[in-house]
Amino acid sequence: MNFTVMLAQLAGGMVKSVEIFVLTLLFSLPLGLVIAFGRMTKNGLICNITKIYISIMRGTPLMLQLIVVYFAPYYVFGMRIGSAYRFIAVILAFSLNYAAYFAEIYRSGIQSMPVGQYEAAYILGFSKTQTFTRIIMPQVIKRILPPVTNETITLVKDTSLAFALAEVEMFTTAKQIAAKETTIMPLMVAGVFYFIFNYIVAWTMEYFEKRLDYYR
Amino acid sequence: MEYLKVEHLNKKFGDLEVIKDISISVEQGEVVSIIGPSGSGKSTVLRCITMLEKINGGSLYILGEKVCADDKDAGKVVYSDKEKLKKIKKNFGLVFQQFHLFPHFTVLRNVTEAMIHVAGIPKEQAEKEAKEVLSKLGLAEKYDAYPYQLSGGQQQRVSIARALALKPKILFFDEPTSALDPELTVEVLKVIKDLAKQKMTMIIVTHEMEFARQLSDRIIFMEKGVIRQQGTPEELFENPDERVKEFIGKLTM
Repeated sequence: MNFTVMLAQLAGGMVKSVEIFVLTLLFSLPLGLVIAFGRMTKNGLICNITKIYISIMRGTPLMLQLIVVYFAPYYVFGMRIGSAYRFIAVILAFSLNYAAYFAEIYRSGIQSMPVGQYEAAYILGFSKTQTFTRIIMPQVIKRILPPVTNETITLVKDTSLAFALAEVEMFTTAKQIAAKETTIMPLMVAGVFYFIFNYIVAWTMEYFEKRLDYYR
Repeated sequence: MEYLKVEHLNKKFGDLEVIKDISISVEQGEVVSIIGPSGSGKSTVLRCITMLEKINGGSLYILGEKVCADDKDAGKVVYSDKEKLKKIKKNFGLVFQQFHLFPHFTVLRNVTEAMIHVAGIPKEQAEKEAKEVLSKLGLAEKYDAYPYQLSGGQQQRVSIARALALKPKILFFDEPTSALDPELTVEVLKVIKDLAKQKMTMIIVTHEMEFARQLSDRIIFMEKGVIRQQGTPEELFENPDERVKEFIGKLTM
């Protein structure tokens, strides 16, 4: 197999990795906010449920979560699992897992806001929703960008865990070629691919950070 | 007209009683200063009146409207409903010691944001009015600046403009100059003096004795959660009771 063919195959796997990456962010970023609210609510029951949720998501391997999400419909509901569900299960498991991490990042950002901002908004007559959307959240976004970048970069590399459900993304492709051709070359190339991917992610996030640099 | 009436106010933090049976009455156009040592409960009184803290006993009226009152049947203080409190809140502004400007907004937007989204003033008119208020406070050059680019004195003047733009009937100040150096203090005090000339009703918690003396119609001296003495500046500075004398005396040492 020549180098170009290998690159083409890896690029094919890369598309799958990017799909997992984008869809996971799309679902986990908003879901994380919902969980963060649940975690901060005064309602004891909801707060405890989200606490347990977060500790399970952070406390068990993502690979295991993938397997559980994939097999749950069969073991819990006795449903037949079609092959179309495989990709859905990957996105579902990734989103549920990353939402837990994002929730904690949001919470740290929201709770780091000085109480004076809330008090000033309250005195000026802003409603709670207005206070959150106009005053608090814009400042929180600036504060949480660095940890969100961290998490996003981890996600790029974590996409390789999709192999646990036999979803052929880039790293699985690389391993298959490596096994067939008995060389570690494809793995190295995959490493370069991940690096470039993450370089773009980091660059994009830095752009957003700079955009928010206009105030302190 | 009686703009503010506080009767038998009581405030506890847990078991600690920080305000004990305080009554204050402020008439339209009056300037009242609250002075006293740190920890005397001055700021807490202000926070109770401005609804940042819930009170544990007594009653509170702003412009004759009931904010809250002791309810004998319920055995506790009962607040008016949300809508009414919202309406009452439109009548006063509060200037904080630490300014609490919104750092992500320009000076102009700090002032207009509530005008537009709370008071419902159209954007263009709000900006016009905000610019008038800001330029009166000497901030005409600073509309597009962000709070971090301003000095403390300028920031405090923006926060005063932010409160004034909503046309409050009463303005509360919580140690407005305590975070400023003497020079910047002067520029903020000048603004408050001008407001007093315009007969703005103001309640000011302050450590600036000379300022309180010059400006106030009445001074309240608080200590350990109670009013130790109150009266006109003349009464208080010329005939201070023993504790007040001690407090003022330390300043002139």
